[in-house]
Amino acid sequence: MSKSYTPGLKILEKISIKKERILPIKGKVHVNLGDSVDANSIVASTMIPGNVHMVNVANQLNIDSDQVLDCMLCSVDENIKKNQIIARSKGLFGFFKSEVKSPFDGTIGNISDVTGQVIISEKPYPIEVDAYIPGKINDVIEKEGVIVSSHGMFIQGIIGIGGEKKGYIKTINNEEIDSDENINDKIIIMKLNLTYEFYMKINKLGVQGVVCGAIDYNTLTKILKKPLGVAITGMEETTTIIITEGFGKITMADRTYQLLHKNNEKFASINGATQIRAGVVRPEIFIASDINSESFQFFDEDSLAISVGSKVRIIREPYFGEIGKVVELPSELVKIETETMSRVAKIEFKNGNKEIIPRANLEVILSD
Amino acid sequence: MMDIVPEHINIILATDCGSTTTKSILIEKIDGEYRLTHRGEAPTTVEAPFEDVTRGVLNAIIELEELSGRTILDGEKIISPENSNGNGVDIYISTSSAGGGLQMMVAGVVKSMTGESAQRAALGAGAIVMDIIASNDGRKYHEKVKRIRELRPDIVLLSGGVDGGTKSHVVELSEIISAANPKPRLGNNYKLPIIYAGNIEARKEVNKTLVGKTDLKMVDNIRPTLEIENLQPSRDKIHDLFMEHVMAQAPGYDKLKEWTDCPIMPTPGAVGEIIKKIAKKEKISVIGVDIGGATTDIFSVFKGKFNRTVSANYGMSYSICNVLADAGVDNVSRWLRDDVDNLDLTNRIANKMIRPTTIPQTLEELMIEQAIAREAIRLSFDQHKKFAVSLKGVQKKRTISDTFEQTMSGETLVNMEELDMIVGSGGVLSHAPRREQACKMLIDSFLPEGLTQLAVDSIFMMPQLGLLSSVHEKAAIEVFNKDCLIRLGTCIAPLGEGKQGDSMMEYSIKVNGSDIQGVLKYGELILIKADFDSYKSEFRTKDNFTIKNNQDYIGEVHGGEVGIILDGRGRPFNFKFNTQGRKELINNWRLSMNEYQILEI
Repeated sequence: MSKSYTPGLKILEKISIKKERILPIKGKVHVNLGDSVDANSIVASTMIPGNVHMVNVANQLNIDSDQVLDCMLCSVDENIKKNQIIARSKGLFGFFKSEVKSPFDGTIGNISDVTGQVIISEKPYPIEVDAYIPGKINDVIEKEGVIVSSHGMFIQGIIGIGGEKKGYIKTINNEEIDSDENINDKIIIMKLNLTYEFYMKINKLGVQGVVCGAIDYNTLTKILKKPLGVAITGMEETTTIIITEGFGKITMADRTYQLLHKNNEKFASINGATQIRAGVVRPEIFIASDINSESFQFFDEDSLAISVGSKVRIIREPYFGEIGKVVELPSELVKIETETMSRVAKIEFKNGNKEIIPRANLEVILSD
Repeated sequence: MMDIVPEHINIILATDCGSTTTKSILIEKIDGEYRLTHRGEAPTTVEAPFEDVTRGVLNAIIELEELSGRTILDGEKIISPENSNGNGVDIYISTSSAGGGLQMMVAGVVKSMTGESAQRAALGAGAIVMDIIASNDGRKYHEKVKRIRELRPDIVLLSGGVDGGTKSHVVELSEIISAANPKPRLGNNYKLPIIYAGNIEARKEVNKTLVGKTDLKMVDNIRPTLEIENLQPSRDKIHDLFMEHVMAQAPGYDKLKEWTDCPIMPTPGAVGEIIKKIAKKEKISVIGVDIGGATTDIFSVFKGKFNRTVSANYGMSYSICNVLADAGVDNVSRWLRDDVDNLDLTNRIANKMIRPTTIPQTLEELMIEQAIAREAIRLSFDQHKKFAVSLKGVQKKRTISDTFEQTMSGETLVNMEELDMIVGSGGVLSHAPRREQACKMLIDSFLPEGLTQLAVDSIFMMPQLGLLSSVHEKAAIEVFNKDCLIRLGTCIAPLGEGKQGDSMMEYSIKVNGSDIQGVLKYGELILIKADFDSYKSEFRTKDNFTIKNNQDYIGEVHGGEVGIILDGRGRPFNFKFNTQGRKELINNWRLSMNEYQILEI
């Protein structure tokens, strides 16, 4: 029998994971294979080329472009200082000479005798990549970065905003936060919808992130100050938000909340980056474990296959957000209300009602 | 690659490796005619854990083997040509948009002139244009450099200047690119391909600036004079580089390249090929649309001139919220008969964005998706009309009679009254539960004027047929007409404005021996059932209404799976959320088009 896979999100208590930590351009790797690292350890770094500026030497010296080379006092690749004279005109009988000074420290990138322009690059600036999660260096990719392996609890959200953050889990009921409490190293976990008012409050208090059940699309628009048109996020400079269920008024799945609650006060790494296209990236929460790694396993994609008995969540109207159990998987296509011939499953809800739902609208609730 | 002799080809295998699904089709010569016989599909395997596109291709071919009973593979090798046991295929071809397709940056001196020409060349070759860098784009020098560094395109197309004209601007652009020292998107170990298609007299200087840092290729100027646009050399070079560089970096493509009997083509480029072929062969003006999850592509051929635009952020799932944001909630809601709370509507649409593989289960959900599709196509078509224009910057000779006519260079080539056919493609159109729904979506979003035939691609095989048309035109066109294109019918839409209920046009259509006559009233939609054939028709418009610039039209009209649609809603079409009686109008149009089942009761 063919398998039917659902876009299930991973909510796993004991899992081994690997994280690629790669530089945007080639640089230097600072750790070795097998090294232990914590989340803040710098594993690789590189220099990003500085901003470049164009100085129109021909115009400033009032000469033709093809005379620029003769007037240059510096050559390509030469380091220069701010206000250093880089070009001087020959003048008239040695008098009335004009000069061009460098507007900043940098390096001469190019001198053009066609455009009469000189390109000056500002100094390169360093960037560093940290390990993001505590673990061991599993692989070193020469000059590019490393792969860190670790084990612990791993939860994916459905959508998030904001990038990588680290902090300590703090579960709360409703929107109870003491404004005087020092919580700037915390990641807030709440079952309910995130309201704009509460977001503004915790943002002001400087928390690292918030994980919640749902959010209204209009609230997200207010937070971002523009509508989220395409689900590609992660670059927003804001408190990281991770939504576990979707848009609307939906409570966080009980199992997700309980797992996070169990890890209250523990150190976590979170990332709101989401990309819902080919190469799907979902937002994530990872909490490393001290328990012996032997009891952990790598995730098996086969777990996303649905079969009779699978616990599933409905992810589209009219039963959006409800949880049920697969009781039948008819092999033949069934005509649904829209008149589409669809592969369906019969789902039994908690109240005993049974409904036919397209399999595309189901999400397996994984348990380990 | 083998030499292809069309007469020796009886069995054709074609695949399209999309971002999520790899589709395979089998075409066989039956009684002297090429026909689609089977199709299969399997998930694309470009990404982890497989990272080899050929796995998905093999799975899609295995599905074809199971369905057709024909052995195509010997292990992991395609048997070719067909052997005496009736196994194998005569040729194998493939298109691809996996891994994000072909992503390009273009540069030109004047944004609306060489910049647009470069954009047209890249789009026509099947690329997504990530940005246009131009000397006059208003950005500061360092902003351009920063942007180029961020983009990491697959290929850069640099143009600028007419042959023999000023060199300094295009050389400055090359200096900007050189300063940015851009890196290719895929792979860290090869130089970024740059195609120079500008002023030939600046080649030496451009070469000096870029040759060490990039893989620089020179082709003929894209705009040798202001009056001439020469896109083909750039397009050909883009296709070569797509194969040599971009595909070579994508996982498994080295192997796939060896399997195919002609170069792999970017999917949208191949769709453009088939649209061009059909327009040329039938001598008609055509608009094609392919609405996908992330993007909406529009193709058009008017007066023999081909244009393609890709609206990279209008789609039915990944970028559905962008459609909502740009169209506005009222423009989406105007197509819905029942009130849906704005907050609920936006949340539902946003949930489709984050769970793109879900399907509408209720009729209400289907109607919302189809409302969004109308707006996505409308917005994309608006962009297309602005881009598909005559060359800008051309000096036009004017006579005294032109003095009062305000046409100038840069006017749109899209003339809806001249348009003969609209072809729709993409899940929401091809897989609409009723063909009437696809037909109405096309009419509502394109608003055809006069007489326009409507069709949909049955199973989205236009990419494979587009590529096939370059090696076996006969087979491609036969399959396109017989198996790919579902003829929906013809929309007859008189021009002019009036009041609801005004008599607009008398009609007489002879369908299967009976003469169907009547009067079309303003605000009405009438569907006349008529299979795909041509029918003698007469239309006489009233008062200020016209059809094909006349009051009368006598001629043949085609039917189709839906029929002949008389659209009395007026052009321009003034239908807004606050239009008086909107809900009743929507209901009437649905009933007359037989659009949804529940409304018939």
